[in-house]
Amino acid sequence: MNLMEIKNLDKSFGGLSALLDFNFQIAEGELVGLIGPTGAGKTTVFNLITGVYRPDKGSVMFRGENLVGLAPYTICAKGIARTFQNIRLFNDLTVLDNVKIATHKDVPYGLISAILRTPAFFRGEEEIEKEAIKYLEIFNLKDKMDELAKNLPYGEQRRIEIVRALATKPLLLILDEPAAGMNPQETQELMELIRYIRKEFNLTILLIEHDMSLVMGVCERLYVLDYGQVIAEGTPDEIRSNKRVIEAYLGEDVG
Amino acid sequence: MQKVKNNWVKIGSEALILAVLFILVQYLITAGVLNQYYQINLSSVCINIILAVSLSLINGFTGQLSLGHAGFMAVGAYVAVIITNMLDLHFIIGILGACLSAGLAGFIIGVPTLRLKGDYLAIATLAFGEIIRVVLQNINYVNGPAGIMGIPKLTTWPWLFGTTVLTVLVIVNLINSSYGRAIISVREDETASELMGINTTKYKILAFVIGAMFAGLAGALYAHYFYIIKPETFNFLKSFDILIMVVLGGLGSTTGAIIAAVFVTALTAALQSFPAIRMILYALILIIVMIYRPQGLMGNKELSMKTFGRIWGGSK
Repeated sequence: MNLMEIKNLDKSFGGLSALLDFNFQIAEGELVGLIGPTGAGKTTVFNLITGVYRPDKGSVMFRGENLVGLAPYTICAKGIARTFQNIRLFNDLTVLDNVKIATHKDVPYGLISAILRTPAFFRGEEEIEKEAIKYLEIFNLKDKMDELAKNLPYGEQRRIEIVRALATKPLLLILDEPAAGMNPQETQELMELIRYIRKEFNLTILLIEHDMSLVMGVCERLYVLDYGQVIAEGTPDEIRSNKRVIEAYLGEDVG
Repeated sequence: MQKVKNNWVKIGSEALILAVLFILVQYLITAGVLNQYYQINLSSVCINIILAVSLSLINGFTGQLSLGHAGFMAVGAYVAVIITNMLDLHFIIGILGACLSAGLAGFIIGVPTLRLKGDYLAIATLAFGEIIRVVLQNINYVNGPAGIMGIPKLTTWPWLFGTTVLTVLVIVNLINSSYGRAIISVREDETASELMGINTTKYKILAFVIGAMFAGLAGALYAHYFYIIKPETFNFLKSFDILIMVVLGGLGSTTGAIIAAVFVTALTAALQSFPAIRMILYALILIIVMIYRPQGLMGNKELSMKTFGRIWGGSK
């Protein structure tokens, strides 16, 4: 069954058409990549799915429910989490607090309980902390948990973004250029990590990436966007030999 | 288990310090050591702490620049006086009424204005404060611009002390909970916060309403200490005074707000005979702080027993 199905999605900014008649499906457990040259509309797709933008037309069905018009926090609660192309951590907070915030939507105690410091509050806080640390351990970030997010190196900030997204307990994880700015070895590690979390958390993953080795290595199916339109769809091998894609994007890289 | 035990030791020692402080001041008042002048300043300190800590929740922790705090104080002051003075009900009901009405005002103002960001929110809240003042000036029931006189002096030291501690406790407990983290995440990055499942509008309004409630409490205490309230008392300059305390103390630091509230009140008292110089000095201090320590006295750090321990114990 398809976890998400997008139909005829249109979005324009002023006179510029950012996305035109975008159609897309992703099945449960799949790992799909969205590629395309800069400015092709990839991040726009993510912003439309997560409710940051509202589409002009079309529908985003997620587990049989249309997400169009819902607020981003509601969409997150339905099981979609994302990372950002330009890292958006809560910079002045600790790594641990960054992850804890992502668990807030399931906060196990009430506001009054927090103010009165009832036993439910202490139990709940302990639970939240345990859970956050569990996620940080998977990513080998536990020893960094008391550091401020802004003081960590770039690669670790990228990983914390993934941890934070995972802590919202998503069904669908959307990664916006997770390997941006990473060296080949870090990219390789990231690839393994993506495979691992997918298996461990039964995730469906959609990712945007410029790094071809990552996309071709890890994705099962690819969509290629150019000027706001899907120009090709298929397995990495099919995409590699697709003439339109080579023309539009891959060019000399693969040719 | 050790952690829990340490917690109780900490809570116990803090309660002890507070109790000693309370009894000491109460003793000094009854013994006549603290004269009228000191008592007035002491109550100003308490009221200003309540105002600064509650505004710091909105401006410092939620990151929403509000310039209308005196407006909520006015709502609380007038409602409390109407309840105690005109309806002849108990002070407790006056205080509760002040909190609830100011909180309600915060909700009514917050819902439409908290969609605005930065400068626009500042302008909208500034306008709200002025609207309250002008409306009060035109209501005959509360004597318009002349204000209400002869308010019974019901704000005593136990009330001041109790409500100040309560304010700090509620706000600190809120900040140090999952709800507080949600509030702070709005300040850090509203978009990211929203996408991590946090209803940012709800938490902005929550912080705004709680901040307004305590401003209303401060208004009620003020009215029942200083005998007279006039709409003019709650003008823009009053909001500005409170903002100075929050900025001086450091946006996002409760202890910073408390220290700054004490400092600004003391400064005001010291310069009582030179009101003109006071405003110049305020501005100068603000300029100097903005140049040399733009994050304020405490930044977003908190002062605690542990900090003192570190300072006295050297590098531990």
